[in-house]
Amino acid sequence: MPEPFQNRGPRPTIYESSRPGATCVCAPVADTRDASSDAFFGDYARQAAPALPQVSEVEIMRHYAHLASMNFGVDTGSYPLGSCTMKYNPRLNEWAARLPGFAQLHPSQPDETVQGALQLMYELQQDLCEISGLPGVTLQPAAGAHGEYCALMIFRAAHTAAGNPRKKVIIPDTAHGTNPASVAMAGYEVVTIPSTTDGLVDLEALRAALDHDTAAFMLTNPNTVGIFDPQITEITRAVHEVGAFAYCDGANLNAILGITRPGDQGFDALHINLHKTFSTPHGGGGPGAGPLCVSAELCPYLPGPVAVRTETGAYARKNPDKSIGRVRSYMGNFAIFVRAYAYIKMLGAEGLRGVAEQAVLSANYLRVIVQDTFTVAYNRTCMHEFVLSGANLKAETGVSTLDVAKRLLDYGFHPPTIYFPLIVSEAMMLEPTETEPLAALDALAEALRAIAAEAKSDPELLHSAPHTTPVRRLDEAGAARNPNLRVVQGFCS
Amino acid sequence: MDFLPITETERELMLQRIGIADVNDLFSDIPRDTRLENRLDLDAGLEEMQVSKRLEELARANSNAADLVCFAGGGIYDHYQPALIDNILQRPEFFTAYTPYQPEVSQGTLQAIYEFQTGICELCGLPVANAGMYDGATALAEAAFMARRVSRTRSRVLVAGSIHPEKIETLRTYARAGTLEVEVISEGQRSCNNTELCTALGDDVAAVLLPYPNYYGMIEDVAPLIEAAHEVGALAVLDCNPLLLSVLKPPGDLGADIAVGEAQCLGNAMNFGGPGLGFFACTEKIMRQIPGRLVGKTTDIDGHDAYVLTLATREQHIRREKATSNICSNHALNALAAGAYLAATGPKGLASLALSACGKAHHLHDELIRTGSFEDPCPKANFGYEFILDYCGTGHLDALYDALIDAGILPGICVGEKSLLVAVTEKRTDPEIESFVGEVRSHA
Repeated sequence: MPEPFQNRGPRPTIYESSRPGATCVCAPVADTRDASSDAFFGDYARQAAPALPQVSEVEIMRHYAHLASMNFGVDTGSYPLGSCTMKYNPRLNEWAARLPGFAQLHPSQPDETVQGALQLMYELQQDLCEISGLPGVTLQPAAGAHGEYCALMIFRAAHTAAGNPRKKVIIPDTAHGTNPASVAMAGYEVVTIPSTTDGLVDLEALRAALDHDTAAFMLTNPNTVGIFDPQITEITRAVHEVGAFAYCDGANLNAILGITRPGDQGFDALHINLHKTFSTPHGGGGPGAGPLCVSAELCPYLPGPVAVRTETGAYARKNPDKSIGRVRSYMGNFAIFVRAYAYIKMLGAEGLRGVAEQAVLSANYLRVIVQDTFTVAYNRTCMHEFVLSGANLKAETGVSTLDVAKRLLDYGFHPPTIYFPLIVSEAMMLEPTETEPLAALDALAEALRAIAAEAKSDPELLHSAPHTTPVRRLDEAGAARNPNLRVVQGFCS
Repeated sequence: MDFLPITETERELMLQRIGIADVNDLFSDIPRDTRLENRLDLDAGLEEMQVSKRLEELARANSNAADLVCFAGGGIYDHYQPALIDNILQRPEFFTAYTPYQPEVSQGTLQAIYEFQTGICELCGLPVANAGMYDGATALAEAAFMARRVSRTRSRVLVAGSIHPEKIETLRTYARAGTLEVEVISEGQRSCNNTELCTALGDDVAAVLLPYPNYYGMIEDVAPLIEAAHEVGALAVLDCNPLLLSVLKPPGDLGADIAVGEAQCLGNAMNFGGPGLGFFACTEKIMRQIPGRLVGKTTDIDGHDAYVLTLATREQHIRREKATSNICSNHALNALAAGAYLAATGPKGLASLALSACGKAHHLHDELIRTGSFEDPCPKANFGYEFILDYCGTGHLDALYDALIDAGILPGICVGEKSLLVAVTEKRTDPEIESFVGEVRSHA
């Protein structure tokens, strides 16, 4: 059993630790030539300095060391967070992204001076096309949701060019929340269709919803209950029959690397989360990257610029003919591309297939060893993740999925994704990933067994969990009722 | 090389436990005709040492800021990154963590973001700031859509044409959804024509988007436009350089309702332009329409101070198609860097750093004009540490630009055929500035 989370209590903010006159060594010495703010900006000169912290370097480092100790990362312990693919983040990636030849490039440098960066982007584009089975790609989107949005805007442009932008986008009820949110931002109406009792796309419901006002159907495949939809070719064919586009949310690409490709399944577009499938860190909420792969038909609409190889063998930046325009500034999250590139080169074709095989094997192993403890929502061979339901346990003991998740923290595990997908009551979605050692999978199953036993013997222990974390359950309702979003000190409003 | 911790023996054991003989049996749901017959057509995997060599070669095929002295800006700046920043970013508890949805074990990320929000509020003079956006361009686009939501019925936004062109392009892409009408005023001009903008105002305008400073480095007279926007009931959005806000009148004091911008300049490396860090601040009145994550302070059941993602009912995972945005990220590590940077520089340090950069920029500006090869089309305009000059020397600006590149100087960004946009950070030394001027003189 891993060590429980080290208990380090709250710490005042760095603003509250501020002492007038304290400085860090980093503050620059003023140049003799410096004029005042008034001289430069006249009426627009700032009169009162912002109340930023006044602290020494050692205090800053101790502050962040303390904050770090209150965090849980993949390096801390198992992180079976379904749909998030919390795999190990290789250290070579981190080293590579910090090479001055990558980190200290300005986006406006002429192409001749950034040949290495453009070559890296070009090769990454090629590799992602091969992996996805789709011939075009933009690396520009900053995140998966951004990639979805970019795809929908491309669909809109392609439909508009064909004479009708169309009105609606269909999603299954198992979809990630970003899907409907992206649809709304792209100006389409969301139509949600129910899944079958097996957690799959209801083909009849899909066919009934599809018409010539349908711009696209969005599907996560393998889906969010961890099942690869065996009807996939029928689904994409039905979508194409009404002239709509089939979109694949690539959140679960890890399960099928080198085994099957969304392009070969009939999808017209796919976003790839480099921070899930290709090992770049999640960073506590970013930055990641959400490259978008598209079919040949959609290539002309990609946001520019993309990296291209010219006849002379040089690399350059180019805007596609009918580009929808950029969806952000510059070339994308380049420092993330470096990491994903390093990972792909390290693994190669065999290694990537090995990732999918092990991810699926580990998920099935975990499913089998926990199925006596919790109800598996769709108890069949799964892909890289599966969903447990805590509904029976709750009916029996009053202990909810939230309680179980919080108690897992006391056992040293990050909880799984909970209450998602929405179609499973008291859902817990587990994705162990391929980088979890066998002993850790066994320990996680053991912890779940122990917690299920505690639910019966001492439910209160679980209602009040966690007990060993730096802070305990929070007053979240209070936080939303009286929002306190900053240290109120210098600037008061 | 792979990163699999499972041994061959363990794999056999796992297969046995599941009750199958071959791992391929797990993939039977995938229709045969969509399965790959051959392996992917990718390079064979390499050992770490070989990959590191390949990456070093690619990195060496670029001229970085050490061999090409950077006078380019346009939103991404070569500021000094204090050594402590990257040390903090390399703490695995920060960079290998997920989004802080489990607050009991995410206090580090949450408190760091709360402190980042505080710093942004201090710089902007506004009471609310979110946890961050992808970059300055998407932050501006989201601000326009937020204004549309706040106004409920108004669908037009007026944009000063002197805002960064890539930001305007991004906004236009976002507007292609048909839910927002974008009208760019004085497009292609060095500054926004205030009269023209005021003429375009009307009661169908949700917001006026103004630069502070503009793409060309100038501080435009935005105060009357903010007032004019308010007179017709529109919101005023300022697109700012957050580092300069240490010495510029805060957007909140000017009456802005929303302040956004690119915060790469606060302690983040240039990284060829990405990842950036969008910041987003607003007034309390409209805060419930803000996009993205917010961290709030609360208490735990023991009464201890604690931090949590809050007002999440605005967000996609709760509100789905009715969310204020689809964003599901906040570039948290970049925000972490920015928060640490604001602490490392402190109030005086940040202002003195900004003024040092401005001083150097004004010096180079004057020296370049003195060469006779450049002239300033707007000599009366105030600027910070970035400025634009028109080339009036012999031959084409392109040739001078290439000569400077050959001399190891990235002189700035060419705007059109005859103008050069130059940025000078506190990092630039006198010899570097002299060498820039010297090369211009010798080219004349």
